Amino acid sequence: MTSARPGNGHRLRHFLTTDDLSGRAMIEILDTAESFISVGEREIKKVPLLRGKTIVNLFFEASTRTRTTFEIAGKRLSADIININTSVSATQKGESLLDTVRNLEAMHTDLFVIRHPASGAADLVARSVPSHVHVVNAGDGRHAHPTQGLLDMFTIRRYKGDFRRLTVAIVGDVLHSRVARSQIHALTALGAKEVRVVAPRSLLPAAVETLGVTAYTDMAQGLKDADVIIMLRLQFERMSGALIPSAREYFDLYGLTRERLTLAHPDAIVMHPGPMNRGLEIASEVADGPQSVILPQVTNGIAVRMAILARLAGASALESKTP
Amino acid sequence: MNIAILGGRVIDPAQNLDAVCSVFVQNGVIAGFGDPPSGFETDRTIEAHGLVVCPGLIDLRARLREPGLEHKGTIESEARAALAGGITRACCPPDTDPVIDTPVTAQWLIDRARQFGGAEILPIGALTRGLNGTHLADMHALRRAGCVGVGNAALPIKDTGVLRHALEYASGLGLLVFLTPEDPWLSGAGVVHEGRVSTRLGLAGIPESAETIEISRTLMLIEETGARAHFCGISTARGVALIAEAKRRGLAVSADTPVHQLYFTEDDVGIFDTNYRLRPPARTAADRDALREAVAEGVIDALCSDHLPHEVDAKERPFSDAEPGIAGLETLLPLTLRLAELSVLTLKDAVAAVTSRPATLLGLAAGTLATGRAADICIYDPEAEWTPTADSVRTRGCNSPFYGTPMRGQVVATIQGGRIAYERSKP
Repeated sequence: MTSARPGNGHRLRHFLTTDDLSGRAMIEILDTAESFISVGEREIKKVPLLRGKTIVNLFFEASTRTRTTFEIAGKRLSADIININTSVSATQKGESLLDTVRNLEAMHTDLFVIRHPASGAADLVARSVPSHVHVVNAGDGRHAHPTQGLLDMFTIRRYKGDFRRLTVAIVGDVLHSRVARSQIHALTALGAKEVRVVAPRSLLPAAVETLGVTAYTDMAQGLKDADVIIMLRLQFERMSGALIPSAREYFDLYGLTRERLTLAHPDAIVMHPGPMNRGLEIASEVADGPQSVILPQVTNGIAVRMAILARLAGASALESKTP
Repeated sequence: MNIAILGGRVIDPAQNLDAVCSVFVQNGVIAGFGDPPSGFETDRTIEAHGLVVCPGLIDLRARLREPGLEHKGTIESEARAALAGGITRACCPPDTDPVIDTPVTAQWLIDRARQFGGAEILPIGALTRGLNGTHLADMHALRRAGCVGVGNAALPIKDTGVLRHALEYASGLGLLVFLTPEDPWLSGAGVVHEGRVSTRLGLAGIPESAETIEISRTLMLIEETGARAHFCGISTARGVALIAEAKRRGLAVSADTPVHQLYFTEDDVGIFDTNYRLRPPARTAADRDALREAVAEGVIDALCSDHLPHEVDAKERPFSDAEPGIAGLETLLPLTLRLAELSVLTLKDAVAAVTSRPATLLGLAAGTLATGRAADICIYDPEAEWTPTADSVRTRGCNSPFYGTPMRGQVVATIQGGRIAYERSKP
């Protein structure tokens, strides 16, 4: 099963999680992504690395940013991209996830980009596909969103440089967040000085400290001297029961306001994986303020996803010549 | 049929017996040890030199899947698989479809297993009608039809008032009540132990308190009502402590745990391995060790297979959509024996945990080789090594993390009611 996952020193076959991915392997992907940034700035935004390859974006959950940036990334690499948006409820009526995948595989798909509401869905698909087919996890339940994790690392590196000097505060609904898990694994592997999670205890996973983070329930302490602040979206659609009293109280305690931002390092950057709930987890003046790098995150997403797609499906071409 | 079982090592914990001697079976009962009873004419001889002869296993929990889920297993396939595992009697929880809440269904199950010559089925009747948690089932009628007790399977009785009345009523009838200690509000959508693995994999967790709170709630009611209660599937060290404390106070409680629970920890889930999607979930190493100790000390009275056979598709799903459980009938014996190899239990206590102890808590005159008792006998080769695979086992269940794992200790023959009901085919 480990063969389904990226391992240290092995060529990547699938991209399912940042857990178990070495810092060195991540740096290599980030470096490749750097080289793709210029492609987006050219007049002809295309390289032929994946010409003739078929990529299926198989999304069982709504997505705008992720699906679109994957589509653009694939197109800039000259791959053919098919988008399939479906809901789990529709497939539950008949076809199982694996049957859906097997059918698409029978159409000679080279690479699947999968988003699914159940944790582990991408791993399941990766275990079932033949050896020449690649799987990229575009978000599975609460488990992982590794391309988002890496594009965030890319953004942090561009603005802040060396990870080993950085204190990173991840604020909000960590319990339901696959993004937070992917960021935490990536940050610890890249040697960040301190990774903090800041949230009410009811929105933190039971054993969050075992991920190598420090947990704070006090926003002021959690933000103090942070170099990077990552705000997470409050995921009402995943919440069951009595996790927080109200949106208003949440913003009172954990909303990122201009005033609170002054607690962090003066040069701190503010990130958000989107979609944002303005006035719920982040004030508009901060989201649109000078320290915000939220839109560059989206732009960087294309280059990072190009790097990952190219390293999986176009690896041989990439090894012989760098674009 | 008169059967002479010659020269085996006879282990019968109920009689505190562990000796090499012959056993004689006549007219369906154990007729004697050592020398044949006078006038014994042998119809069949089983050479048991080097083999162990013990009582037929009594499994406290095995879902046969019929009626209702015949694509996962049938009484024919599963009751025969039980015999291949040395099991001569198996308790069947009431969550069949239809539910075992009428005497007709209970009787039908018993008769059907007999019809196929499988292990005897001991139905557990429903505690509430349709397991709905609100109306009591006809418990007396269910007992008369052959139910060994009543319970609500894995379905909760959320209303504590209803649970209290159910225990009161069962107590008046002297019926054993089977209880699954899981608070539904706390287990919620949980699929693994709440801890580092649930955190890492982003799976909803089942906290330890889901078990301890339900045990505590029920113990208060048991104390008030005087009901005889059996807790199914203890999985935590704190749960064990609560049971031990209740026993010290003299409450009429007993408990079991699936034998696989003594081997797994939360980490075995690995990377979403749905073979380890279990209910209760595998918990921490400390919990596993506490369970082992509890079995050795008798706080946990018995081990069971908690057999839950599935078709392949039920496990080839994202982890939280996969169905829980292990097909365990044929690995109950070797996994129990291995506890003796690991010095968790003496061999005699290991055998007791699947024979005399479940018989005692069920109030059955079984689980022993005492003269005059029904001849339910398991004969196994303690040295035989074999590897169960989905294709080689008798159960229809495709789901076991032990498939592909070498086992030591294999059933050679199972005798049920004086009849040779299973024999290992010659290699």
